[in-house]
Formats: sequence, C-alpha cells, structure tokens
Amino acid sequence: MSRFSIFSLARNAMSWHQNWPRQWRSPDPKPEYDVVIIGAGGHGLATAYYLAKEHGITNVAVIEKGWLGGGNTGRNTTIVRSNYLWDESGLFYENAMKLWENLSQELNYNVMFSQRGVLNLAHNLGDVRESIRRVNANNLNGIDAEWLNAEQVKEFCPIINISKDSRYPVMGATLQRRGGTARHDAVAWGYARGADDMGVDVIQNCEVQGLMIDNGTVKGVRTSLGDIKAKKVAMACAGHTSVVADMAGIRLPIESHPLQALVSEPMKPVIDCVVMSNAVHVYVSQSDKGELVMGAGIDAYVGYSQRGSLHVIEDQLGSAMELFPLFSRTRMMRSWGGIVDTCPDASPIVGKTPVKNLYVNAGWGTGGFKATPGAGWCYAHTIAKDEPHDLNAAFSIDRFITGALVDEHGAAGVAH
Amino acid sequence: MLYIKCPWCGERDETEYHYGGEAHIVRPENPDELTDAEWAEYVFMRTNTKGVHRERWVHSDGCRRWFNVARNTVTNEIVSVYKTGEKPDLPEAVTTKPAPAKKAAAKKAPVKKKEGA
Ligand SMILES: Cc1cc2nc3c(=O)[nH]c(=O)nc-3n(C[C@H](O)[C@H](O)[C@H](O)COP(=O)(O)OP(=O)(O)OC[C@H]3O[C@@H](n4cnc5c(N)ncnc54)[C@H](O)[C@@H]3O)c2cc1C
Repeated sequence: MSRFSIFSLARNAMSWHQNWPRQWRSPDPKPEYDVVIIGAGGHGLATAYYLAKEHGITNVAVIEKGWLGGGNTGRNTTIVRSNYLWDESGLFYENAMKLWENLSQELNYNVMFSQRGVLNLAHNLGDVRESIRRVNANNLNGIDAEWLNAEQVKEFCPIINISKDSRYPVMGATLQRRGGTARHDAVAWGYARGADDMGVDVIQNCEVQGLMIDNGTVKGVRTSLGDIKAKKVAMACAGHTSVVADMAGIRLPIESHPLQALVSEPMKPVIDCVVMSNAVHVYVSQSDKGELVMGAGIDAYVGYSQRGSLHVIEDQLGSAMELFPLFSRTRMMRSWGGIVDTCPDASPIVGKTPVKNLYVNAGWGTGGFKATPGAGWCYAHTIAKDEPHDLNAAFSIDRFITGALVDEHGAAGVAH
Repeated sequence: MLYIKCPWCGERDETEYHYGGEAHIVRPENPDELTDAEWAEYVFMRTNTKGVHRERWVHSDGCRRWFNVARNTVTNEIVSVYKTGEKPDLPEAVTTKPAPAKKAAAKKAPVKKKEGA
C-alpha cells in the first residue's frame, strides 16, 4: 500500500496525479474463508479491518451486492456524537468517538472528521428535562456534554431563530463540543484500503442469496458468483438484515424504513456547527463545499424502495424554515433515500444468533454512522472470540426476550 | 406519496392516513401460559417483508376506520385493500410478478426463500 504523505503528494504532483495506484484490489472470491462478512458498508469494512488488525484473522471476504459504501454509509448526513443516555450506549458510542478522534491517522486516510460541536435542541419542558438529565448522565460517564439556555444557543449558532413566538420555540439545547461530522465515503474507502492491505478480499457486485446451514451451524454463503464456504459468517447488511436473517430462519425485531436526506446549492459559510432537533425532525450542517446537508424523518411504513414520500421532506423543510428563516430562498439540489433498519428500543443488535457461527450487526436505524469504528471494533471481537465484548454485551437479540431493553428514544429519536 | 383506497371513502393521499404496522398479528389467547420467548415473538418480532407486505392503516383524517393493505415494499404498488377481519388470498401472480422497473429484485425474492435453510 502506498502511504499518503506530503512527500507522496509532491511526488505524484510531478506526474499530474495520474499515477496513483489503485486503493484496493477487485479479487475473485476464493472457495473458502475463515470469515465472510455480508455487506461492504462502513460497518462490514471496519469489522474486516479490526479482524485483521486486532485479531490477526486475515482470510476474510467482505461481500457486497452493489458497490462498497453504496448503502446507508454513502447516504447519511454524517453526524457523529456520543451523548446517549444509558451507560451501555454511552460507553459504547464514546468508545467509537475515541476511535474517530484518531481515525485519519490510524487509516492514513483523511476521513475529514470535524469536531465542530453538535446541538440537540429542546422545544418544550419535557425536552428540557430529558436533555438536562442526559447531560448529567453523560458527565457521569465521562462524556462531554453541556446544557445551553436559549441565549447561549443563539451565541453558539447565531443564525438560529430563538423567538418565543415560533411554533416550536427553542428553550435550550445540549451541546457536545467533541461531536461533529466526517466524510462518509472516505470512511468506507479508508477501511476498505486498510483491510485490503492486510489481505482481506472486498468482493463487489456479488449478492448473498442463501446461507448454507448444516445442523444448526452455518457453513457458508450462496452468492450470485457461486457458493463460498466459511467457518464464520457475519451479517452487516443494514436495511436488508431481515431478508438475510430469513435465509437462516431467524426472526428479528427489526423493521426497514425509507429515510431521506437532501442538500442545497452551495453557499457561503453560514453555520459552523451541527444543529439537530428531535421534536421537529430537522438536522442541519454545512459541508466543506458549502451545501446545507439536511436529514428528514423516516417514512412510517416498511419500505425497501430507497425513496421516501415528499410530504416527509415538506414537513422537515417547514420546520427548518422556522428555525433558520435565512434559508427561505435556498434551493435544494438533490434528495435521496436509504433503507434504515430500526429496532423497537432505538438501540442496535450486535452479537451472536441462534445459528452457530452466524453473527448479526444490525438495527442501527437512523444513527449508525457515528458508531462505524466502534461497531466494527466490537463486532470483530465478537466474531473472533465467539462472544461479545463487554461494550456490546447488552446489545444482544436476547434482550427482547429478557426485557433488558436499552431504550434510547430520547437520545436517538429519529434525528441522528 | 402513496395513494391509498380506503374501503369506505375511496382513494386519498397518504397524508390522510396513519400506518399501523404489520397486519394479522393476533394477541395470544392464553397470556398466562406464554413463555418469555413467545411474548417476544408477539411484541417485538416482525416479518419485515421485502415484497408484498400485509399491513394495517387507519384513515385518521377521514372515516377514522382501520383496514388492511397488501403493498409491495419495493415498488410501493398496492395489490389489495381489504377490511379488518378479512384475509383474502393474494393472487399468485401478484407475489411473484416482477415489477417492470425492479425486475431483478422482485424475481429474486422467492428464490431466496427456497434456499434458506
Ligand atoms: C438519509 C440518512 C441519514 C442518516 N444520517 C445519519 C447521521 O447523521 N448520523 C449517523 O450516525 N447515522 C446516520 N444514518 C444511519 C447510518 O447511515 C447507518 O446506520 C450506517 O451507515 C449503517 O452502516 P452499515 O455499514 O451497517 O450499512 P450500509 O452502509 O447500508 O451497508 C450495508 C451493505 O450491505 C449490502 N447488502 C445488503 N444485502 C446484501 C446481500 N444479500 N448480499 C450482499 N450485500 C448485501 C448493501 O448493499 C449495503 O452496501 C443515516 C441514514 C440515512 C439513510
């Protein structure tokens, strides 16, 4: 792997940047692997990377039906934060945050992680109480969090409208200064390049269509490019998890929904932080190109269409307009949708399944981008050791039977 | 935006309705005898079909009545609308017919089922 540095940049400038080598191979699948990961989104690729790096397991394939990073990884609004309420989630997401803080160096790939601060607005008394409670819980877990009143919010983000007369007045906000955004594609590419360098095969345009199961143990996958044997198989296929789990006869508490986002035409810098509001389903940041990046809420119905209804976007833009009257003449350039895998308690599932050597990482719903490094790290541990790490032990399928749910609707809502 | 035909009021915009989740999940008749796993199945586990999904809708801004819809979750084509308490068979063609634009996706669904162990 040729490393990126100021010297390699200068050297390649001499030849007009036309001689950079390919960043990863496009290998044909081998007949057998130690681990097959289904889905080359950020989670699948990070898992492969940490399997190789932390556990020395390099005979690994990541199988992707489309192109790598083409699922939710390349469709999200890239908000990263770790201010979740319960100890289980707080510590899990904070571990991811620490990995984010060193990720560009770790991967020798610029993931453009920008800790610009994330505001979560409170619009009513219930929100205020919930937010302050969460700030306190975060502080007890060593996660940075502050409570700002309306004037302080205005100071932190001057273009916000804090008028008391608005339909959803801003009564304050939580602030996580270490939160921010990252370049989503670069995360997938960086992990793919790193994993490939350690010997992992990333196989694109190859759909998993069945699982080989013998006596309650998974033996491999049936794909559009033929059968591939595997000692262990790990799902990381987000919106399609139920479809793949069904191939093993496993039922999950997951439902897939369309979730939409959109970007505006590029404009001068107007907002240098991330603003989210669970109550009115708006989240906004501005990309380095100057586009406003905004996310909407999910469509209520189950859907695999990667597109949502227009009225969802109308609602969201109406709320955005009230919060930021300045945006009223902004034209929107593109909108798109992803298929998000939602869980009833707004927490993920990372762990073992009833089928031996088959693992699941899913249920990230509207907010799994921020977890990418941490999820990959814990999932790799779970696969390598055949038991979960302390950090993801609470996120088992069993919790829906025991009742030990990790209810993060307050911290997660729909806005992530 | 979906156009949904309420069995009582006729075709209206999706915004007049609310979604009620997967249909035909029957509340267990013997709650005291259920194991935790059986409760989990009833409360949390969902089919999450890619393909024709039977689901409940309520015409909340209209007649406020509940009914069932069979909708293809890939193409959003509504293949059947029927009243609560009914469960008509769906024509075979509907569940296997490839939708024009999504030929590959619709065709593959039944194959996957067969291969699942
Ligand atoms: C509009 C939108 C906005 C979002 N905003 C945020 C945000 O601001 N912050 C945040 O933290 N999260 C956000 N999310 C959620 C986040 O994007 C996801 O939780 C996360 O990216 C999931 O990563 P993944 O790698 O698990 O899934 P994906 O990137 O979706 O990868 C799964 C891959 O599996 C592949 N696959 C599926 N089935 C098969 C099969 N049978 N065979 C082979 N491959 C298969 C798919 O093609 C896909 O590439 C948002 C999501 C959307 C849609």
